[in-house]
Amino acid sequence: MGSGNGQMLNLTLKVWRQKNGKAKGSFETHQVSGISTDMSFLEMFDVLNEKLIHEGKEPIAFDHDCREGICGMCSMYINGRPHGPKGGITTCQLHMRSFKNGDTIIVEPWRSAAFPVIKDLVVDRSAFDRIIASGGYVSVNTGNAKDANNILIPKTAADAAFDAAACIGCGACVAACKNASAMLFVSAKVSQLALLPQGQVERKERVLKMVSQMDEEGFGNCTNTGACEAECPKGISLENIARMNREFLGAELTTAKK
Amino acid sequence: MSKGFLKSSIGKKMVMGLTGLFLISFLAVHCFVNALIFFDQTGELFNQGAHFMGTNWIIRAMEVVLFAGLLTHIFQSLILTLENKKARPVGYAKIDGAANSRWYSRSMGLLGTLLLLFLIMHIYHFWTPSRLGGIANIKPLEEITYSGNVVYHNLYAEMINVFHNPVAVVLYVLGCISLAYHLLHGFQSAFQTIGLNHKKYTPAIKTLGAVFAILVPLIFASMPVYLYIAYK
Repeated sequence: MGSGNGQMLNLTLKVWRQKNGKAKGSFETHQVSGISTDMSFLEMFDVLNEKLIHEGKEPIAFDHDCREGICGMCSMYINGRPHGPKGGITTCQLHMRSFKNGDTIIVEPWRSAAFPVIKDLVVDRSAFDRIIASGGYVSVNTGNAKDANNILIPKTAADAAFDAAACIGCGACVAACKNASAMLFVSAKVSQLALLPQGQVERKERVLKMVSQMDEEGFGNCTNTGACEAECPKGISLENIARMNREFLGAELTTAKK
Repeated sequence: MSKGFLKSSIGKKMVMGLTGLFLISFLAVHCFVNALIFFDQTGELFNQGAHFMGTNWIIRAMEVVLFAGLLTHIFQSLILTLENKKARPVGYAKIDGAANSRWYSRSMGLLGTLLLLFLIMHIYHFWTPSRLGGIANIKPLEEITYSGNVVYHNLYAEMINVFHNPVAVVLYVLGCISLAYHLLHGFQSAFQTIGLNHKKYTPAIKTLGAVFAILVPLIFASMPVYLYIAYK
């Protein structure tokens, strides 16, 4: 188990349990003991679930996939913050050394009307997929790979597009926002294409459709608190939101109504 | 531009930002005119400034726009707040807000409500007697004549009168504190909303916003305190 300091933690977990989307959920308290500080937060949940299964109880449902901090599946709201107390990481990269022996940890699902709870800590984030499907793509015949530098792109634009493209769509921005707004996610997805030559053809149509879909999904309105940027595991900047606002206004002013 | 723009989340936010910036421009003018009390102990300079603001037809027309802007800012915020509440029907048991944002940026609705309560009192104190006093006979102001036989409302005397009451002084100072925090977030936030965020200019906008948010309410708050002490 790695080269930790060998300390074992005894913790109290208050976990949200909810049978399904319609059921009324509530918190359930569990004691976990002998948790290594080298464990990840999800591994600690694995230990707890093993115990629950042995006791003949229903294990706690939670989302996870790569456990390498790159897929964006894990989604726990831990002690009042998405992905827990550390900045710049997803829940799977949070390790138990961030907690002290005897701590009580409150774990909740993302809370948003647009992210309904499926079970326990698992929420349905397909609203994000529908936003992408509404315009977050470029319609080009890709064919064979082009020669490098065939299309010239300024380094600053390439860097900004790459930074925006780092978004993994985990939904922490929505979870952190007091208004459950999806502006950081949508703005990252608008920006990564608006900044590149390949994205120009559908540039105006894209921002109009994606913002319209975002509103339709029932996300809240941005109030620029900056909580999304602070909690984003990939450090997506608020500059993207300002860019999307500009793109949206520009598209509205120059697009004739169909 | 489509009709949908004003119904979109971004459009509604832009209405908030633009009306907010307009109200900020009003604050600058209001603060400047009122600060005349510090430059003339007799109050003549201030009374003349207030007279100009109350009789110049461009200013009077802008007063209508100002009320329209204020009401738009208020009603738009109510719509946005209701939508935001609907966007999270089930809340969190624990929120560590301080970890990722400033309290005043999360409390614009509360600060705005305090400001509205303050404004109702403030309008009753000064705007109603000055603008409606003669017409509706609500709290009419005493009048004063300076050289040139022009009759002026003695608003300076009314300020002394209102701020003779220590409760009013405290309420005005609290109103100014609410204003300071509202501006501390609102000033720079308005620029972000209308899409102006640039590494080159945003630090300057944020600094200017912070200076404005502290300086203007400080000057406003010093008026009741000064008059209370000076005419105790």
